Amino acid sequence: MSNNQLKRNELYGQYVKERSPKPNYIKNCLWAFVVGGAICTLGQFIHNTIENKMELTHLEATNATILIMIFIGSLLTGLGVYDVIGKRAGAGSIVPITGFANSIVAPAMEFKKEGYILGVGAKLFSLAGPVLVYGITASVLVGILYYFILTIGV
Amino acid sequence: MGYIQAFIVGGIICVIGQLLMDGTRLTSPYVLIIFVTSGVILTAVGLYEPLVNFAGAGATIPLPGFGYSLAKGAFKGVNEQGLLGAFTGGVKATSGGITAAIVFGYLMAILFNAKTKP
Repeated sequence: MSNNQLKRNELYGQYVKERSPKPNYIKNCLWAFVVGGAICTLGQFIHNTIENKMELTHLEATNATILIMIFIGSLLTGLGVYDVIGKRAGAGSIVPITGFANSIVAPAMEFKKEGYILGVGAKLFSLAGPVLVYGITASVLVGILYYFILTIGV
Repeated sequence: MGYIQAFIVGGIICVIGQLLMDGTRLTSPYVLIIFVTSGVILTAVGLYEPLVNFAGAGATIPLPGFGYSLAKGAFKGVNEQGLLGAFTGGVKATSGGITAAIVFGYLMAILFNAKTKP
C-alpha cells in the first residue's frame, strides 16, 4: 500500500469515528440491566417451580432450567419476538443463555435458502461454534492444570 | 433462592456486557467468548461458585454460567478419572444444554422463516 493510501485510510478512520453515533451509556445499561435481570428472574422462577414440583436435586433442576430457557430463547427467535427485545436490550438479551439460543437460530433461519445442510446445518454454529471452541478449550486447559496440581501434590 | 438476588446479579452481568460492547465497540461474538472464557477462569480460581450460591439463576443463566458448568465438570472429571476426565468432564456436564441448543435450534430454524427486519 502506498503512503498516500495509508494516509487516506487513516483520515477515513477518523471520519468514521467522528460521525458514528456515541452510545447512550446510561440508557443502554439500564435496558441491559432490566431485561437481563428479568430473564434471570424468569430462570429462577422456572428453577424453583421444577425443583419443588418434580422433586429434582438442585443440580438437576439447574440443568433442566437451562434446557427450558434455551427452548424459550429459540422459540422466541423463531417467532421473531427476540429480535424486537434485542433491539432495545442489547447485552441484556445477548448475555443470558437465551441469547446463545438466539445466536444459533437466527443465522440458521436466515441462511435456510442455501439448503438444509450448508445453510441451516452449517450456520447453526456460525456464532455458537466459537463460543463452544473457546469455552471447551478453556475448560480442558484448567482441567489439565488442576490434574497436575493434584498429582504434584499441593 | 431469592428472585431479587437473581435479578440484580443477572442484571449486573448483562450491564458489564453492555459496557464492553459500548465502551470498546466489541461485537457480540467477542463479548460472548470473553464471558464464557472468564466464566471458566473465575470458576477455576474459585470466585464464581460463591456467586452461583448467592444468586442462583442470576449467575447460571448468563453465559459465564456456561463456563462455570464447563469448568466444574472438568474438575469433577479429573477427580473421578484423572487426566481423561479433563477432556470428558466439561462437555459431560453441559451435554444437556449443548444438545438442547442444537436440537431446538435446528427445529425452530426449520419451522420458522426469517422475518424481514422490523
